[in-house]
Amino acid sequence: MTGKVIEAQSLQGLFQDGMTIGIGGWGSRRKPMALVAALVRSGAKDLRIVSFGGPDVGTLCATGQVREVVHGFVTLDSIAVDPHFAAARQSGAIATTELDESMLVSGLRAAGRRLPFEVTRTGLGSDVLTVNPQIRTITSPYEDGETLVAMPAVPLDLALIHLNRADALGNGQCLGPDPYVDDLFARAAARTILSAESVVSTRELTEGAHPSTLLLNRTMVDHVYEAPGGAHFTTCLPAYPRNEELQREYARAASDPALWERYRAEYLENETIWRKEAVHA
Amino acid sequence: MPETLSTATRAEIAVAACSDLFRGQHDILASPAGIIPTLGARLAALTHAPSLMLSDGESTIYGDVPALGGVSEFSAGYLPYRELFELIAAGKRHVVMGGAQIDREGNHNFSAIGDHFQPHRQLLGSRAAATNTINHATSYWIARQSTRSFVRDVDFVTGVGANRAKAAGPGAARFHHVHRVVTNLGVYDFSGPGGTMALLSLHPGVPLDEVLDATGFELHVPETIPATRLPDEQELRLIREVLDPAHRREQEVSP
Repeated sequence: MTGKVIEAQSLQGLFQDGMTIGIGGWGSRRKPMALVAALVRSGAKDLRIVSFGGPDVGTLCATGQVREVVHGFVTLDSIAVDPHFAAARQSGAIATTELDESMLVSGLRAAGRRLPFEVTRTGLGSDVLTVNPQIRTITSPYEDGETLVAMPAVPLDLALIHLNRADALGNGQCLGPDPYVDDLFARAAARTILSAESVVSTRELTEGAHPSTLLLNRTMVDHVYEAPGGAHFTTCLPAYPRNEELQREYARAASDPALWERYRAEYLENETIWRKEAVHA
Repeated sequence: MPETLSTATRAEIAVAACSDLFRGQHDILASPAGIIPTLGARLAALTHAPSLMLSDGESTIYGDVPALGGVSEFSAGYLPYRELFELIAAGKRHVVMGGAQIDREGNHNFSAIGDHFQPHRQLLGSRAAATNTINHATSYWIARQSTRSFVRDVDFVTGVGANRAKAAGPGAARFHHVHRVVTNLGVYDFSGPGGTMALLSLHPGVPLDEVLDATGFELHVPETIPATRLPDEQELRLIREVLDPAHRREQEVSP
């Protein structure tokens, strides 16, 4: 198994200061937390993070690596607002581009299609347009003449995605209930790092599952990293549910720098071992 | 009056008012946020709106009408987020959103409180409020009506009100429809002067003064004010015995 498979020590070299990084998953569900931990250890800073946000965004806010977050929300699902993100917003430490969820979908889709924008009705009348004057409207060239939103493309330097299984070619298999828009992140990105619970042969990927479960194909993926428990503490169904206890510990750490330092040392500095143990416990 | 009717709680009255949001609606997705609207949508599906489509709020369309917190026995379809956005754009939905603030024009905010660029309280963000309100019917559930939630001006417009939709042109107003607002005190619609918020009914036992004290803008009050209807016996049985035997509705509105 060589091909696109990389080892942990190779991850750090893929991150650079100032990058625009898109992160797959949704809220506190199937977030590529092992890749986020590698990004933390790389020390890359001044990042622009694009995400249907959860603890991926909150973690990078807490470590001070974020310049700007492009998002529609940053939630932990069972905790309505990520407290690390809230603290960064309320202190003015980060800039944000706040979008409607479907506008972010449109922006990623336009980038993947190599188009400058996608037309949508969404955003009209809302303050998403007021606070984002870079988003322009367009007049339909047809007889309806409607004014609509030209949602600009959201191209990414790098996409980070976690799925259930992958192969060395760069196929990625989603066995959970929702693919979210991970394929759009991969298409929008110049390079994509895919982590997976397990890396298996291509034959094994489709032996017991329909090919439609292969959300990503080799044209969308550059690097494959085997990370058992790689979404932990967020969900990676059917493999594991959210670890609510650990999520509460993460959230509590927003209230006290000492708690955060402990969380960071225990769960981000050397996460490979505990992730495996947490999932196979 | 049978005894069950005389003892309907405020929470149960609010559930019936939320059920009525879906009256006359067929083959659309009902997307309620919060306990009372969720019970309302399920009550509607079990009574007057049997073809209403319900989901788990994630990727599964329910085949049955499960109890609150209960397990659905079978699925009637697949609705991952990407498909939900397609369904919204096609207009086949009525959403009931919660919110931190709403104004008399029906503009809504659950993004953050204070200045957008450095809020003093970060809330949910924009979520899908802009796409919901511009594409299909929207109602609101405000569990605690007060001058902090019924405000003169919202801090940030997430859900679009009629005045803003109209100002943004025919493309914005075409499918815009804010239907009603249900709170712990009453039911409202937008039949006031210039399409502003009007009191539609007071929940039984709520004096008008309490509503006016809990409203931070000029509310249109009609000459005669009906009382919000009581749930009938079948509805009360469904709420109490089938949908919410654990009384979770009382977490949002105390009995």
